[in-house]
Amino acid sequence: MSSDQLLAFETDCHLFKGCGFEAPSVWSFIFDPMFTVGGIDFNKPMLLAVLGTAIILTFFWMAFSNPKVVPGKLQMVAEAGYEFVRKGIAREVIGKKGEPFVPLLVSLFFFVWMMNLWALIPVAQFPVTSVIAYPAGLAIVVWATYMTVTFKTNGFVGGIRNLCVPSGLPKPIYVILTPIEFVSNIFVRPFTLAVRLFANMFAGHVLILIFTIATWYMLGTVLGTVYATASFAMTIVLTVFELFIQALQAYVFTVLTATYLSQALEEAH
Amino acid sequence: MMYLAAEDPQNPLLPVWPEVVIGLLAFGIVFFVFSKKLLPAINKALDERREAIEGGIEKAEAAQAEAQQTLEEYRAQLSEARHEAARLRQEAQEQGAALIAEMRAEGQRQREEIIAAGHTQIEADRKQAAQALRQDVGKLATDLAGKLVGESLEDTARQSRTIDRFLDDLEAKAETGAAR
Repeated sequence: MSSDQLLAFETDCHLFKGCGFEAPSVWSFIFDPMFTVGGIDFNKPMLLAVLGTAIILTFFWMAFSNPKVVPGKLQMVAEAGYEFVRKGIAREVIGKKGEPFVPLLVSLFFFVWMMNLWALIPVAQFPVTSVIAYPAGLAIVVWATYMTVTFKTNGFVGGIRNLCVPSGLPKPIYVILTPIEFVSNIFVRPFTLAVRLFANMFAGHVLILIFTIATWYMLGTVLGTVYATASFAMTIVLTVFELFIQALQAYVFTVLTATYLSQALEEAH
Repeated sequence: MMYLAAEDPQNPLLPVWPEVVIGLLAFGIVFFVFSKKLLPAINKALDERREAIEGGIEKAEAAQAEAQQTLEEYRAQLSEARHEAARLRQEAQEQGAALIAEMRAEGQRQREEIIAAGHTQIEADRKQAAQALRQDVGKLATDLAGKLVGESLEDTARQSRTIDRFLDDLEAKAETGAAR
């Protein structure tokens, strides 16, 4: 937090007290480093990313490291999540050929979901994925896998054709479509994949911030308290909504990855 | 870096490399542990479970088939036994009827034999008796005539004595004949 940017909670600024509303800004997503390890300055999102990783691994380690044929409760819950990604995404979108990509898709889904969930976990309350670096990193992984699979399946020429020349269209259309497909598949897809996730979580966090800060800002007078109550109710509603959006975005990210891989696995006609 | 430009915040669409690295590392660790250890483990367990379930179903099917087969065998045996029993019963009936008829015929034959034998015996006895009687009567007549001729007939007492003696003789003869 930069020195000229105070959190709304740190000011004593309220409605009808003659001072303006300090709306949340980009500054709400920028954190001062908390400590330094091996030349890397750790800030809050980094710490949450590492902690989230530890939580995912702990949970699934406890569930899957010593699996039983007759599962316990924890294993049953974890299995449900795993089967959801395996059957609901890998099998559904890619088909039988999707089996080798199940670990990637499962990791993606639970990693993204966990990083989104931080937004609602008390004290943390910040979605790691609202910092573009994390979705971007994941998009790079997906893009690299997408390209590798495309060229491995189809060879170099076939891979280019797979990426740029969709089959079964009248010839003149290819004049327009080939460059579009090229740009779309190679540049736009990873970009949108990252930005979609980032923007959703960013916007969700901003919304919750606005109503939370507004609740604080409007307290102080009787009329203000009425407004503040409404604003607080909105915060609750949005929190529940975010809970839904977090899972949905994790799902969308994973499904899109699966869709790209499915397209990469398609043999050229 | 982000915290240097106090008045100009970092563009939120530009990733900061340390964060990208941390994110990639974190995801890499998750992916590595999932793909190398946890998912193979759970897949093994899931396969085992499926096999256990399918094995159970197969076992149940086998048991059912066996039970069905046993039931059919049992039914076949039962019907065979019924047929056998019916056959035996009929045979026994036939045998019984034949036996009865045979015995009846035998009885009839024996009765007729006995009757015939009786008739023959009676006839023979009668003939023998007639023969003996004729001889006896002739002899008696001859004896009586001889006695009558040999003795004088004037004396009634004598006459009656002679007749009595004759009759006693007769009786004695009959007695000895009966004793013989």
